[in-house]
Amino acid sequence: MADTLKLEIVTPETTIYSEDVEMVTLPGSEGEAGIYPNHVPLMTRVQAGEIIVNRGGTEEVVAIGEGFAEITGDHIAILTDNAANSADIDEAAAEEAKAKAEQRLEEGGDISEEEAKALTKALTQATLYSQAQIKAKRRKRG
Amino acid sequence: MPSTRDIRRRIVSVKKTAQITSAMEKVAQAKMGRAQQAAIAGRPYAELMNRVLGEVVTHAGDFDHPFMKARGGENRALILVTTDKGMCGSINSNLLRKVSDEFVTDHTRVIAAGRKGAQHASRVGWDLTADFSYSDTPVFAEARAIARMAVELFENAEVDHVDIAFTNFINTLSQKPEVQTLLPITEIKGVQAGVEGEEMASELSGGTAEFLFEPSAGGVLGALLPHYINFQVHQILLEAKASEFSSKMVAMKNATDNANDLIKDLTLEFNKMRQAAITNELLEITSAQMALGN
Repeated sequence: MADTLKLEIVTPETTIYSEDVEMVTLPGSEGEAGIYPNHVPLMTRVQAGEIIVNRGGTEEVVAIGEGFAEITGDHIAILTDNAANSADIDEAAAEEAKAKAEQRLEEGGDISEEEAKALTKALTQATLYSQAQIKAKRRKRG
Repeated sequence: MPSTRDIRRRIVSVKKTAQITSAMEKVAQAKMGRAQQAAIAGRPYAELMNRVLGEVVTHAGDFDHPFMKARGGENRALILVTTDKGMCGSINSNLLRKVSDEFVTDHTRVIAAGRKGAQHASRVGWDLTADFSYSDTPVFAEARAIARMAVELFENAEVDHVDIAFTNFINTLSQKPEVQTLLPITEIKGVQAGVEGEEMASELSGGTAEFLFEPSAGGVLGALLPHYINFQVHQILLEAKASEFSSKMVAMKNATDNANDLIKDLTLEFNKMRQAAITNELLEITSAQMALGN
């Protein structure tokens, strides 16, 4: 009988945890679940919270976001996006994006302020340049 | 007729331009690599998601979820993934042309990711709902925010269909504008991480072990679908970034080559002119000597 489990926690960006462990306690959809080796194969939702890992006699705590766990006799794979309060963050990002869109629409087909600045700068430089050219030409003729 | 000094000055300035463009080329190359790496880093997640999907799809039986129900309405949302900056060849204009021809109607709400798309949308008067920004190596949170907005529009029945338009990374030399349907989900395919080549739908495997499901196979699948969409959007953002930087790399390489050609031509002209000036001077000296007369 295997006496350890392979615990893997993966996010879309990276694998944040990958170790052989003795026991895992995770916040399942039906409450806390302690998983030992040789557990029945189980797929469960995982709620945002803390996973408690027993490894080599010590306890480790890993914070995870909402996700899923695939549990078999010898491994646990947890799929999460690792953000406990993602809803708030997303809300803020959405608000900001909406505001930006409105602003852009108000400006309509016009160019935005920063673009206007860049354009003015380019124009001034162009004028300076052509003035310099004219001067140079005059000097040559004169 | 420009003087030798004018030409020399031009050579110096073109050389500087070449330096800048070649530096930009190298930066783009590095950033493209980073976007590819980030996409590949999602592989364990993709594999696990495919495993879970495979299991739940085989066990969920006849499964019905709002995300999978096609509604007849003609209100659409389009997530438009473009770049923030220019100097990256024609990928933005290609994408916008494709989208304007085929996808944007009066009933389309545009969710822009990237400044170029938002600018275009406001210029031509599309219904711009949101203007998201994302960084050079897009993080998952950025993708999730975009996906969540689209999902909310769909859930509240404000739109009946969500598409996403982006530039697909074929290889370093070619990128293709593409539009994919995000919602409703017609068929659950395996997700893939990585940006190289044509996307192949990876097979869903399932049924290796008899799994228990908590709360139920259907429940797990229902909760999985939003993650599935988030992940797709994230991979698409990475793909778009890889396209942007590879296109920029090629554009900057061409610019550097052009500048170098120009330097060659100008140097040739400069040398000719210098030679002509020397010949002239010699001529003057000899003729002056002749005029002084022996």
